[in-house]
Amino acid sequence: MTAQRLSWLLVLPLTLVLALFLVLPLLTIVVVSFWDYNEWSFFPAFILGNYEYVLTSNVTWATYLKTLKFTLLTWGFCTVIGFTVAYFLAFHVRSLTWQIALFMLCTIPFWTSNIIRMISWIPFLGRNGIANSMLLDMGVIDAPLEWLLFSDFAVVLAFIHLYALFMVVPIFNTMMRIDKSLIEAARDGGASGFQVLTNVILPLTKPGVMIGSIFVVTLVMGDFITVRFMSGGQSASVGRIISNEIALLQYPAAAANAVVLLAAVILMIAIMLRFVDIRKEL
Amino acid sequence: MSRTSKEKTNRGLSRRSVLKGGAAATGAALGSGAIAGFPTIWAQNIKNVTLRQFGTGVSNLNEVAEKVKKDLGFTLEMTALDSDAVTQRAATQPKSFDIADIEYWICKKVWGAGNLQAMDTSKIKNYDKIVGIFRDGKLTPDSVIAQGTAPHTVGFVEGPGGKEFVDNESGWMTLIPTIYNADTLGIRPDLIGRPISSWTELLNPEFKGKASILDISSIGIMDAAMVCEAMGEIKYGDKGNMTKEEIDKTMAIFTEAKKNGQFRAFWKSFDESVNLMASGEVVIQSMWSPAITAVRSKGIPCVYQPLKEGYRSWGGGIGLSANLSGLELDAAYEYINWYLDGWVGGFLMRQGYYSAVPETSKKFMSDDEWGFWFEGKEAKGDITDPFGKVLEKAGAVRDGGSFEERMGAVACWNAVMDENKYMVRKWNEFIAA
Repeated sequence: MTAQRLSWLLVLPLTLVLALFLVLPLLTIVVVSFWDYNEWSFFPAFILGNYEYVLTSNVTWATYLKTLKFTLLTWGFCTVIGFTVAYFLAFHVRSLTWQIALFMLCTIPFWTSNIIRMISWIPFLGRNGIANSMLLDMGVIDAPLEWLLFSDFAVVLAFIHLYALFMVVPIFNTMMRIDKSLIEAARDGGASGFQVLTNVILPLTKPGVMIGSIFVVTLVMGDFITVRFMSGGQSASVGRIISNEIALLQYPAAAANAVVLLAAVILMIAIMLRFVDIRKEL
Repeated sequence: MSRTSKEKTNRGLSRRSVLKGGAAATGAALGSGAIAGFPTIWAQNIKNVTLRQFGTGVSNLNEVAEKVKKDLGFTLEMTALDSDAVTQRAATQPKSFDIADIEYWICKKVWGAGNLQAMDTSKIKNYDKIVGIFRDGKLTPDSVIAQGTAPHTVGFVEGPGGKEFVDNESGWMTLIPTIYNADTLGIRPDLIGRPISSWTELLNPEFKGKASILDISSIGIMDAAMVCEAMGEIKYGDKGNMTKEEIDKTMAIFTEAKKNGQFRAFWKSFDESVNLMASGEVVIQSMWSPAITAVRSKGIPCVYQPLKEGYRSWGGGIGLSANLSGLELDAAYEYINWYLDGWVGGFLMRQGYYSAVPETSKKFMSDDEWGFWFEGKEAKGDITDPFGKVLEKAGAVRDGGSFEERMGAVACWNAVMDENKYMVRKWNEFIAA
């Protein structure tokens, strides 16, 4: 058996799995997005109405804008938090044992389901919740803060809580692989601590930041449950629209929406990958 | 199959914990005045029959399945889902169920899919005793039929394979009615501190940031219409079948209110509405009867406020899968006859719903319970739910009064509109606004 044949053979299982469980379902979604539907069923047709509605409706634009806002805010905070935590773990904590111990500590909240983690904010932030009663008792506020819960604030807060770790892990990973002698060299060359950070560490952790960003952006763009619960059902997100359409048996409309969302997310990731060649850096 | 039973356990547990129904056994014990007189000729092979039922959490209770096993001998598997999922399954997964426990408006929506079969009313023992609402549409001979999808309008088809609904008692029923109720707004009297008597209060600026409406478009729009009509803003031809202009106007009023911060949240599931109310996040909202009970059973005052414009009503029934035949079909008829024979009716009526054949349910309720729940009389002793939890103390009177007073004041039924697709889009715009 030639080497070439062998490599084809080795690629085969993965190709089959991906074709069957990724490409085929995706194609189905694309096909269905052109179908027509009524109250109780959907049937083959070739109509552009589903796309026409998605692309021309104000709801879509408003929703995408809102979803992008959530994504940007979440991404911004997650990056800052993720970078800071990873930097602390990688460069301030000296012993490997402690690094591992503290890293494990970061993952503890992830031992429960993310729905539980999200919902536990509700009694905390509510009108008569812990946060408000504490602030009232301390005399910081006179009346409960209404915007703590069922608001965009609550949504973004929950997102950050849910997804910050997805940023910490890849950044920490790339930071650990930075050759310490580079930092020493920079020091010897007379760089200040801040200059080391901006000229050495930051450029070298870019792939980690990018991988984390891809996680956060895709997770937030596709979310439907966090937005519903934390906004008290008052904010829309693209995922929620799709889930509503599915619930109302409007599968073709949901499929069209899903295709548009997929295109939007792929576009965003493509742009992000323009900045960093992950494959080269890894 | 294992998936279904898993869903059942999950939902069943959460619902139970809401109702604090630890003492399920009490319910079974209360109702165990065994039903005699069912044919037992084929009792041997019927034991092997398993019927799979799905429906909303309201009536898909494990206690019913246990009782069926005991009284009829066959196995009933229950799956509780939310209204949207119920519609979905009835329309798209005909092989996944034998019995569909759905609402009448859902029936209107999915009947055309052909997954259900009409039932021969001559095989229904208590057919003649079914409340008029589900037969000719009239509660009493002189009642006016409310707007929306009134159950009798989608209750009959012309024959066994009928696709079109007919407007008379043709002998072929689409759904056998099981339970129904009249819905209104729930309020926290302690936090409002003044009488509430109209649907307009939902948008009263006094309750800014403390109101809520349910986010199930087909039901939410009806509550919205009740409010707009009460405000005198819109005069509807039929709230259950609005024109595009009526939908636009209704949603415009609600979108403006939303932008002004009138609503604290929108809810989609029973539990959410309970939490919103119990935590005081919301003081006035669309609500369902058992949710009120759940709030009250936490010791928090909550009233199912009767309003002068009337109620928005809903009804549910059992439909048979088109795939049922032979012994299983016989078992299903047996089940339906058992359902209407009173035990389930009593079980549900003691939670505040109405049964399709009230007179048989009466046998399974104490005089005091019957007086409180059905006749609107003052409770003589404590009123407990089927799980043994005290709901009301002696001296309490049911919100809204008797069966006739409540069901007689129905302004509209939950409905599916001709402009459903348009309405759903507008509703989504409202949510995204």
